[in-house]
Amino acid sequence: MMIVVVLAMVLQRNLFGVVVLSGIYSFLMATVLVALDAVDVAMTEAAVGAGVSTVLLLGAIHLTRASEAKPLRKPLLPLVVALGVSGALIYGTLGLPAFSDPAAPIHTHVAPRYIEQAVTETGVPNVVTAVLASYRGYDTFGETIVVFTAGIGVIALLRRRRRRD
Amino acid sequence: MRSQLVLRVIAKLLIPFMLLFALYVQFHGDFGPGGGFQAGVITAAAVILYGLIYGLPAARRLVPDRFVESMIACGVLLYGGVGVAGMLLGGNFLDYFVLAADPVHGQHLGILLVELGVLITVAGVMLKIFYVFAGRGRDPGGA
Repeated sequence: MMIVVVLAMVLQRNLFGVVVLSGIYSFLMATVLVALDAVDVAMTEAAVGAGVSTVLLLGAIHLTRASEAKPLRKPLLPLVVALGVSGALIYGTLGLPAFSDPAAPIHTHVAPRYIEQAVTETGVPNVVTAVLASYRGYDTFGETIVVFTAGIGVIALLRRRRRRD
Repeated sequence: MRSQLVLRVIAKLLIPFMLLFALYVQFHGDFGPGGGFQAGVITAAAVILYGLIYGLPAARRLVPDRFVESMIACGVLLYGGVGVAGMLLGGNFLDYFVLAADPVHGQHLGILLVELGVLITVAGVMLKIFYVFAGRGRDPGGA
């Protein structure tokens, strides 16, 4: 179903349709994440991917034209590059441990300690929140600063443009 | 879109619940799914919905630009402030154990405050991006 949506997005020339389809894709992705028990990520995907970014893309379409321009040349070289990179990535995934393999390094490094100790050490039953805000507090601080910087960047870019015209 | 009666009524009904849900996601993030980032996006989405239906100037009156801009900085400051508070109380940067007498309680408090910082920054940035995007191509004075 997601493949159908992606193909429809590639073939669609009307950008409004593409935006709506990408929202649908995000909701499907959120469903997949719920099925994988990653509810926190699913919530983010549904809220950001399907909600806010759809609105922002619609705002961008409002500023430009609603249909895609015809490409000037045949996109052969980008196609080759994209296929090559995706082929290399898929080849790389062959070296990963099998899906949900309990002996994989990611399950034996710090994850057992988080799962066993998080409730007693932090008193927070949701391990995702405990890891995010406490064990990995530095990373989350960095992420917040990234969001902050992105916001400042958007303000700086779009403000100056507005003053010029 | 200002004449759409159904949309206006439904939005007015929904927005309080969206904001309430955002707060629920924020404060219940310790126990169920959710946290500062998700809550921030939901908060911003509620205001964006208001802006979409009642028009951008109405949303700007509701949540002024300057308030949104200070939100962006305040969230990061709150997060960093919690870290520095931990340092001042004798721990490491972002050490929550020292925030309260009971270490577990301190962790709880620290996580809650830090998530609140994330909420404020994320909601501010999302709203600001929406404002500048939606405000472009309109009268420069209003934007």
